[in-house]
Amino acid sequence: MSNVTQSKADVESKERPETTSLVRRSLKKRYAAEKRFRAYGIFAIAASLGFLVILLTSIISKGWPAFTQTFVKLDVELSVDTLGVSESPTLNELRGANYGGAIKKTMRDLFPDASSRRDKKALYALISTGAEYELFDRVSENPELLGTTLSLWVPADDELGAIVKDGEDLSNPDSIVTRMSDQQIAWGKQLQDNGQLDVRFNTTFFENGDSREPELAGIRAALMGSAFTLLITFCLSFPIAVAAAIYLEEFAPQNRWTDIVEVNINNLAAVPSIVFGLLGLAVFINFFHLPRSAPLVGGIVLSLMTLPTIIISSRAALKAVPPSIREAARGLGASDLQVVTHHVLPLAMPGILTGTIIGLAQALGETAPLLMIGMVAFIVDIPQTVTDAATVLPVQVYLWADSPERAFVEKTSAAIMVLLAFLVVMNAVAVLLRKRFERRW
Amino acid sequence: MSKTAQEAFDNLTHTVGQTQVENAKMRTENVNVFYGEKQAIYDVNLDIGNNEVIAMIGPSGCGKSTFLRCLNRMNDTIPSCKVTGSMTLDGEDLYGADLDPVLLRARVGMVFQKPNPFAKSIYDNVAYGPRIHGLSANRAELDDIVVDSLKKAGLFDEVKDRLDAPGTSLSGGQQQRLCIARSIAVSPEVILMDEPCSALDPIATARIEELIDELRNNYAIAIVTHSMQQAARVSQRTAYFHLGKLVEVADTNTVFTNPQHELTENYITGRFG
Repeated sequence: MSNVTQSKADVESKERPETTSLVRRSLKKRYAAEKRFRAYGIFAIAASLGFLVILLTSIISKGWPAFTQTFVKLDVELSVDTLGVSESPTLNELRGANYGGAIKKTMRDLFPDASSRRDKKALYALISTGAEYELFDRVSENPELLGTTLSLWVPADDELGAIVKDGEDLSNPDSIVTRMSDQQIAWGKQLQDNGQLDVRFNTTFFENGDSREPELAGIRAALMGSAFTLLITFCLSFPIAVAAAIYLEEFAPQNRWTDIVEVNINNLAAVPSIVFGLLGLAVFINFFHLPRSAPLVGGIVLSLMTLPTIIISSRAALKAVPPSIREAARGLGASDLQVVTHHVLPLAMPGILTGTIIGLAQALGETAPLLMIGMVAFIVDIPQTVTDAATVLPVQVYLWADSPERAFVEKTSAAIMVLLAFLVVMNAVAVLLRKRFERRW
Repeated sequence: MSKTAQEAFDNLTHTVGQTQVENAKMRTENVNVFYGEKQAIYDVNLDIGNNEVIAMIGPSGCGKSTFLRCLNRMNDTIPSCKVTGSMTLDGEDLYGADLDPVLLRARVGMVFQKPNPFAKSIYDNVAYGPRIHGLSANRAELDDIVVDSLKKAGLFDEVKDRLDAPGTSLSGGQQQRLCIARSIAVSPEVILMDEPCSALDPIATARIEELIDELRNNYAIAIVTHSMQQAARVSQRTAYFHLGKLVEVADTNTVFTNPQHELTENYITGRFG
């Protein structure tokens, strides 16, 4: 017995030095490989973070000015003669009154040196056309103002607004890059010296729809359009996708038909989104005669696009629920549906929500299919229902990026910021929901 | 397997020992189970008597778990699984049209190899069965059932202060007792246990074995186990399965001290398995 142990030990001691050195040699290699891999990983993360920072700084620095707006203080004389209304006008009369005239008169009084037609035109161009609407709003709210002099802040034109916001020195016109003439800049300087210029938070941007005038253009219409569209998308795609995933994963028999369905769902996820737009145009608009440019149709089309994403991730989440839980419930006499609704679904919910949020984020950023159903539109009125004509945030970004006015550059970036904020809010809601489900262990 | 043992297996046409008992709770006759083309169980006749613990032993892959799972139709979810022959509970055909599988599983409970508490509180784990079957009229009755089941499973004293804690926060042995309490809460007539102690340490195992002994007073119990000592400790009868055939079934004492069949003897003396 002791002999056997002895010889065994001999063999081991003979082998050991070689094994050890071999392992030691390979160890070095293995650790080097690991170190290299870690370096790649850190580099990859740093690179992606770098790109993200560049993207965000560029967007924020460009878009930030859009959240402020330059206002001009005017003392408008609301004489009945200038406005062209009677002493006690009806609302209709007020609507047709010549507010532009009143504003122009105020400007002429401020700067009597503008005498020629051209000069006058240049002078009027300092004030946004939105000033007239502002004036109308004030007067129609409170007709007693007629005959008095109203002091109000009206938005400046985008060119003047931009250079004031940028903090340019108006006394030195040569240093300013602008389409404005030196004369206009001098007038602006005068306004500034009189304390009649002020930069304030831009509420217009969040209250208005689109406009040809940058200082009047707002994101509200696109924001509402996106919200309505996503609402429809969520309401359609979430229940349908989850039900489909549950049926396929928990109830459907494994046969050729379910295989075909499965393959096609996967294929559907790979279909270019514009094809869904064509389908929406052909089926929902031309065949079912649903309204054009409406969030309803947009939502339906986008839910077609979102469905496969949610189905696939929901099935993965359902599959990840341990079979032992199903067995436990079934062993207690739970019916198949009870097994799913009481145990499997709650455990799979976090995964399903993750898939849903990915699908909806995709839908939020989609423009191509909406192109086909007419949601690429100049929408001034804020949509009130899902059948009103609307546009969506990414389309608005595209439209503004296409506009020539300088002030639309900042609007474009600001719209992107709003789009990102929308996304962040949406994700936050999903994370909160997921936390609630996860708290059930 | 030695040559003679192989011959003994090939020549095995019927089970050695007493397959039937007088007051059978469940009775199976000529049961064959197939997974697709492959046959997993061959012509098994076996009774599970009232107030007895029957242990099923045998080497891995011998079909004992398959047989156990057929007793409450847990194999229904495997589409390729086919069962022939007769299985009855109090004379009712398990696979007949009259007996719904949901009802059957309420009457024949099951405890699994790995503790599998639901992702719910301890209370809700136990209350789940009574709730879905509507066994309690109000909250007080449900409370009674939960407390009673936890007491029977010997878990109540350990968890009475934290019934709201998640079931998964318990230790392995406690989880398994929770699973037993969960089965008891439905007041089944038979409890099937599929290697209930294989994931537990000896102390937890001892507790579960004590528990099985106590439960015998009210339930018929069938237990699949890989531990022959455990079979010897907890059961009154023992059935030895080998490659899908039921080789021998007899009083536990007889099987372990005086096995009649060569294969049984080989297995319990540790010559294979």
